[in-house]
Amino acid sequence: MGKQIKVALIGNPNTGKTSVFNALTGLNQKVGNYPGITVEKKEGICKLPRGVKAHILDLPGTYSLNASSLDENVVIELLLNRNDKDFPDVAIVISDVENLKRNLLLFTQIKDLEIPCILVINMADRMNYKGISLDIPYLEERLETKIALTSTRKNKGIEELKELIANYKELSVKPCLNASEIDKPYFDNLQKAFPNQLLYKLWLVITQDVNFGKTDRNEIDAVANFKTKSKADLKRLQQKETIKRYQFINDTLKKGQSIDLANAKDLRIKLDRILTHKFLGYAIFFIILLTIFQAIYDWSSVPMDFIDSIFASLSEWVKNSMPQGTFTSLLAEGIIPGLGGIVIFIPQIAFLFLFISVLEESGYMSRVVFLMDRVMRRFGLSGKSVVPLISGTACAIPAIMATRNIESWKERLITILVTPFTTCSARLPVYLIIISLVIPEGRIIGLGYQALTLMLLYLIGFGAAICSAYILNKILKIRSKTFFVVEMPNYKLPMFKNVALTVIEKTKSFVFGAGKIILAISIILWFLASFGPGEDFNNAEEIVKTEVQNQNLSDEDLQQKVASYKLEHSFIGLTGRAIEPVISPLGYDWKIGIAIVSSFAAREVFVGTLATIYSVGSDQEETIKNRMAGEINPILGGPLFNFASGISLLLFYAFAMQCMSTLAVVKRETNSWKWPILQLTIMSTFAYIVALIAFQLLK
Amino acid sequence: MQTTLAQLKRGERAIIVDVSSIYVPLKLLEMGCLPGNFVELLQVAPFADPMYLNINGAHLAIRKETALHIIIEKTNG
Ligand SMILES: Nc1nc2c(ncn2[C@@H]2O[C@H](COP(=O)(O)OP(=O)(O)OP(=O)(O)O)[C@@H](O)[C@H]2O)c(=O)[nH]1
Ligand SMILES: [Mg+2]
Repeated sequence: MGKQIKVALIGNPNTGKTSVFNALTGLNQKVGNYPGITVEKKEGICKLPRGVKAHILDLPGTYSLNASSLDENVVIELLLNRNDKDFPDVAIVISDVENLKRNLLLFTQIKDLEIPCILVINMADRMNYKGISLDIPYLEERLETKIALTSTRKNKGIEELKELIANYKELSVKPCLNASEIDKPYFDNLQKAFPNQLLYKLWLVITQDVNFGKTDRNEIDAVANFKTKSKADLKRLQQKETIKRYQFINDTLKKGQSIDLANAKDLRIKLDRILTHKFLGYAIFFIILLTIFQAIYDWSSVPMDFIDSIFASLSEWVKNSMPQGTFTSLLAEGIIPGLGGIVIFIPQIAFLFLFISVLEESGYMSRVVFLMDRVMRRFGLSGKSVVPLISGTACAIPAIMATRNIESWKERLITILVTPFTTCSARLPVYLIIISLVIPEGRIIGLGYQALTLMLLYLIGFGAAICSAYILNKILKIRSKTFFVVEMPNYKLPMFKNVALTVIEKTKSFVFGAGKIILAISIILWFLASFGPGEDFNNAEEIVKTEVQNQNLSDEDLQQKVASYKLEHSFIGLTGRAIEPVISPLGYDWKIGIAIVSSFAAREVFVGTLATIYSVGSDQEETIKNRMAGEINPILGGPLFNFASGISLLLFYAFAMQCMSTLAVVKRETNSWKWPILQLTIMSTFAYIVALIAFQLLK
Repeated sequence: MQTTLAQLKRGERAIIVDVSSIYVPLKLLEMGCLPGNFVELLQVAPFADPMYLNINGAHLAIRKETALHIIIEKTNG
C-alpha cells in the first residue's frame, strides 16, 4: 500500500460537505438541513481509481478563514498548521450552486494559502429548478482550479471527483487574486519582517480573535506583536479585503454564471410567508409539537403492548421449559424482564427520532431559530440555543455538542448548563409507563389526556431550562460579545435515505446502549435480590408459614408470600430498606428507590430495573404494566402508583440530573468539573424538593 | 434618502451604503452585507426583531441592534 492522499473537505455550512463525505467514504455521518450540523472532525477512507487510497476529513462548516465560533476554529487551526498530522495534501472546497457567490469567498481565501484546491459545486440537481447555468471551463481558468459538478442526491459527479483527487498533483497552487493590494506598504513591511512565511497566513494570524491552541505558539506571538495598526484599522482593512474578494468573484460570475430568473421557482418565499409569520408562525410551531406528542402516544401504544406481552410469555416459557436452576432463573427473572423494559419503548423512540430528523432535514429548524431568538434573548440565550433544546429531546449529548455553533461564550455556557432539563428520549420510557398507570384515558377535542400530559412534561422541561437560563444570566458575570447571524437554508424535501438511516441508527444505539447497561444491572440486581444474609432470608419459608398458620392460604398465595418475604430480606431488599426513609416522603417504596438509584447510570433502565425486581419477587411472569399496577404502597395502603406518587415521580425525573454521559460531555465542553458537579447537585436537589412538595400536596 | 437598515419595512428593497466595521461582525460582511449590494426585508419577528433579509441573494436573519449600524439608501419596488 502506498501513501494515502490526505484530503480535507472545507466549505460554508450546509453546502453538503458531509453528504459528499458519505458518498466518498460510504460512511453515514449525520446530515441535516441547517448550518452547524458537523461540529468536529470526522475521518474516513476513500478508494480512488488505480488502487490509490485517500484519507478524507470532514470538517465543520465555516464562512471564511476568520473564525467566530469554536466549530469554525477547527478548520482554521488545521489550515494554518502545516505540521498538523491531518494537514491536507489537497483541499476540496464544497460550494452550493445556489449560493456560489458567497461560497467562493472562502475558496479565494484558501487559494491564498497556496494549498492545492478542488472546487466542488454541489446540489447540481437544483440548477434547472433555479434556472442556473455555468461555464465550467471559464470558471476553472479564472479560479485556477479544477471543478467537479456534483449532486449527492442524484449520486452524480462523485466518480469525476475521485478522479480529480487521484490527480491532485496537477492542481495549480496559484492564488486567484492579490489581496495584499488593499494596503501595499503594510503588506510589504509584513513580508519583510517575516520573509520565510506565507503572507496571507501572517495576515490571518494577526487578525484572528480566537486562541490558537495547537499552532506553534512562538511563531504566532512573534507575528501577533507586529501589529503597527490599531484594532479598528485592522477591522477596516479586513472589510476592504472582503470587498476586494467580492469584486473578483462578481467579475468572475458575471461571465461564468447565468441565472434565468424567469425560469426560477421559489417555494421558499411562499412557505416563509406562513411559517415565519408573526402570529401564524408560532401557532404552526405549537401545532407541530402537539401533533408529535399525540403521535408518539397514539401510534405506538399497540406495538408497545404487543412487545410487552411477548416478553412476559418469553419469561414464562423459559421458566417452564428449561431445567430449573440458577441460570434459568437468572434468565427468566433477571435478564429477560430487564431487556423487556427497554425493548418495549422501541416504537416511541423510533417515532421521536423520525420527527426530529424530518424537522432537521426540511430546513424548518432555522425558522424556529428566527421565531424564538427574541424570546430566548430575554432569558440570556440565543435563538441558536433553540436547536440544542429541540435536538435535546433526542439526547442531551449531541445537543450539548451542537452548542459549539453559538458564538458567545456566555450564551453557549448557559445553553450547555440548561440543556439537560429538556426531556430526552431516556426520560420517555419512565413518562410513558407512569402516565399510562396514573392518568385516565379520556379525550378532549380529539387529544388524549395522556398525550397532553406528555406534552405538558415536555413544556415543563423547556420551562425549567429557560427559567434556569434566566437565573444563570443574572448570576454569571461573564462578558462576551454577542452577535447573531443565521443563515436560513432552502426548504428541502427530506431525503428518505437520510431520515431512515437516522431513525435506524439512533434507535439501534438507544437499544444497544441502554441494553448493555441493563444487562449488567439486571444481572447484579438479580443476584442481590436472589440471595440474602442471615436467618430471615434462608429460612423464609418456615418463618412465613408460622406467621400465616391460621389464615388458611392457598398454596399459590403462600408461595407468593414467601417470595416477597425473601425479596425483602435479600441484599437488595436490605439496601432498599436503608434508603427508604429518604424517599418514602415522596411516595415511593424501596423498589422504586432502587430503580431511581440505578437510573443514575442511565434513566432508561428505570422500567427494566423494576421489572427485574418484581420478577424475582413473584411467582408468575406478567407484563410489566400489570405488575406495576398491582403494587401496594407499604405504608399508606392502596396502589403504589397512584396520582400523587405518579406525579411526584414524573416531576422527579423531569428535573433530576441522572446521566453520567451528559456530565462527562459537559466536563469536556466546559473544560472544568465545576459545571457538571454544580449541575448534578442543583438539579437533583431541586428535583427532590419539587417531588416532595407534589406528593405531600396531592396525597 | 439614507437611513438605517432597521427602518426598512417588510417587502422593501434598498442598497447598502455603509457598514460600520466596529459594530457589525465581519461574518456578516463575509456573507455579502457590503456597500453596493442590495437588501430586501422578507419577514420580521414580533417587535421587528430579528429581521429576515435577503442580502445579495443570501437569506439571513440578523438582530435589530446590528441592523442599526448598517446605512442604506431606499430604492422603490
Ligand atoms: N438537493 C440537494 N440537496 C443536497 C445535496 N447534497 C446535500 N444536500 C442536502 O443539503 C443539506 C446539508 O447537507 P450536509 O451534508 O449536512 O451539509 P454540511 O455542509 O455537512 O453542513 P454542516 O455540517 O452543517 O456545515 C442536507 O439537507 C442534505 O440532504 C444535493 O446534491 N442536492
Ligand atoms: Mg456536515
